[in-house]
Amino acid sequence: MSIDLKTIKHISKLSRISVDEKKAEKLAGDLNSIFDFIEKLNELKTDNIEPLTSVAETTLKLRSDEVKSKNLRDQVIKNSPKENEDYFVVPKVIE
Amino acid sequence: MSDITKQSLSELVENIKSKKLSSSEVTKAFVERSEKSKELNAYITEDYANALNKAKKFDEKPNLDLKLPGIPMAVKDLFCTRDLRTTAGSKILNNFVPTYESTVTQNIWNEGAILMGKLNCDEFAMGSSNETSFFGNVQNPIDKNLVPGGSSGGSSSAVAAQLTPITIGTDTGGSIRQPASFTGTVGLKPTYGSCSRYGIVAFASSLDQAGPMAQNVKDCALLQEVISTYDEKDSTSIDFKRNNYSKELTKDIKGKKIGIPKEYRVDGMPKEIEDLWKKGIEYVKDCGADIIDISLPHTNYALPTYYIVAPAEASSNLARYDGVKYGFRAEGENLIDMYEKTRSEGFGAEVQRRIMIGTYVLSSGYYDAYYLKAQKVRKLIKNDFDEAYKKVDAILTPSTPSSAFKIGEKTNDPVSMYLNDIFTVPVNLAGLPGISIPAGHDAKGYPLGLQIIGKAFDEQNILNIAYAMEEKINFKNNINDWWIK
Repeated sequence: MSIDLKTIKHISKLSRISVDEKKAEKLAGDLNSIFDFIEKLNELKTDNIEPLTSVAETTLKLRSDEVKSKNLRDQVIKNSPKENEDYFVVPKVIE
Repeated sequence: MSDITKQSLSELVENIKSKKLSSSEVTKAFVERSEKSKELNAYITEDYANALNKAKKFDEKPNLDLKLPGIPMAVKDLFCTRDLRTTAGSKILNNFVPTYESTVTQNIWNEGAILMGKLNCDEFAMGSSNETSFFGNVQNPIDKNLVPGGSSGGSSSAVAAQLTPITIGTDTGGSIRQPASFTGTVGLKPTYGSCSRYGIVAFASSLDQAGPMAQNVKDCALLQEVISTYDEKDSTSIDFKRNNYSKELTKDIKGKKIGIPKEYRVDGMPKEIEDLWKKGIEYVKDCGADIIDISLPHTNYALPTYYIVAPAEASSNLARYDGVKYGFRAEGENLIDMYEKTRSEGFGAEVQRRIMIGTYVLSSGYYDAYYLKAQKVRKLIKNDFDEAYKKVDAILTPSTPSSAFKIGEKTNDPVSMYLNDIFTVPVNLAGLPGISIPAGHDAKGYPLGLQIIGKAFDEQNILNIAYAMEEKINFKNNINDWWIK
């Protein structure tokens, strides 16, 4: 299998990580060697195997629907890179 | 009292309880040694002044019934600590000051311990050498220019160098046990669901576990007793009967059945590791345990499985770093541009690589071929252990396929770096507890570790086996304080 530059650009878009040509080439090389290594799994026949989604074999617990933390506005906004009054500020999205 | 920092956690607790030492004396000693040890780069954030104040307050009204009375402790910078910067070793969290406390660290402070600072680690715990940290690599106190292992590299370095009496790390594929092995210290990865993940910066949620890193097995058992609690704030926390691990610790392991998996004799494994393993087998026999050959046939598929599952979960967990609600932001021409620049400048190369792998294996058209396939193989790996545990009580293996390597030696070859975790990754995939204990040295004098893997929730048993072996091994770390001028 081979991951080409077009695929790298596609994944980069999905990941919201910008890559220039030089970085894309380096990533393609790295990802190809990693995927060569991952391909080993194809040696195994797994048609009738149930996928393991969690090792913790418990069912989720129910709890009563109560508010336990209140008035966290200041704490929530505290680490924001840019805020205005009680809002997070982002670049303009509507022209 | 001289040489406070040379004492084990258990000794310090005893000396504070019997009032031979005060918390202030102990804290001052560890702060002074930490200050003289900056060259190791074990700390990302120091909080010494607050620690000394807290120690003074503790001494004014000491509660000596606590399990960690007035004990100073630095912790891995992956645990959120209220009002103290928590970076996860990343530029993207460089200015993040949590407004809440992780459950594991809260449990530690509730027992009287005092926070000294935050310890270096690989960025988002992704690495096996601490070289992916935004805050630079960490020196191994064993030898200059040697990696301390990773991702809990600051933690392993700090415990081995006695900058902190004990610490906590996190382990997703070996990040406690491999650095413990590289620094001649003890590291326990508990059963998945034993320690709460609440307030730990997430890497791969189905694999992440917090655990103690210590100078000896008894200290390790004591801290495990403190940090392992059921927590309703973590939906995968498991409500099981937890032992008083340190009180119930025993060297009596007569009649225990210890499995030796033949698949762990991997190609190209150095003879030193093979010899260490043989010695380990003799030690457990001397303790009266029985050795049984077992097979874990899917061992070779564990790493490829891990490198699908862990990046997939990471790509999803790390989607939250968008430059809006917290963390680093790079300005952009529009919203999308801001996201892309923030994540491109904020994450380091290894983290970007793993996000890309994860995004790819989860993307439309590839999900079944990779992610679903990996989950099925993960089931086979877990089945191997279930089958083995019908015959044995625990499994003995080497912790790592080599001793610590040089800084820079593996940074250009991701796959060779990943191979470090070959013996530790299967344990995370199956959700089992595993402990690494120092068991000998290689020809260069670098420490080597052995791993004991237990049944789920059977931490007491592997701690007991480790405790019995520790006495037989009688390991001594060769640390000459080369970094102290």
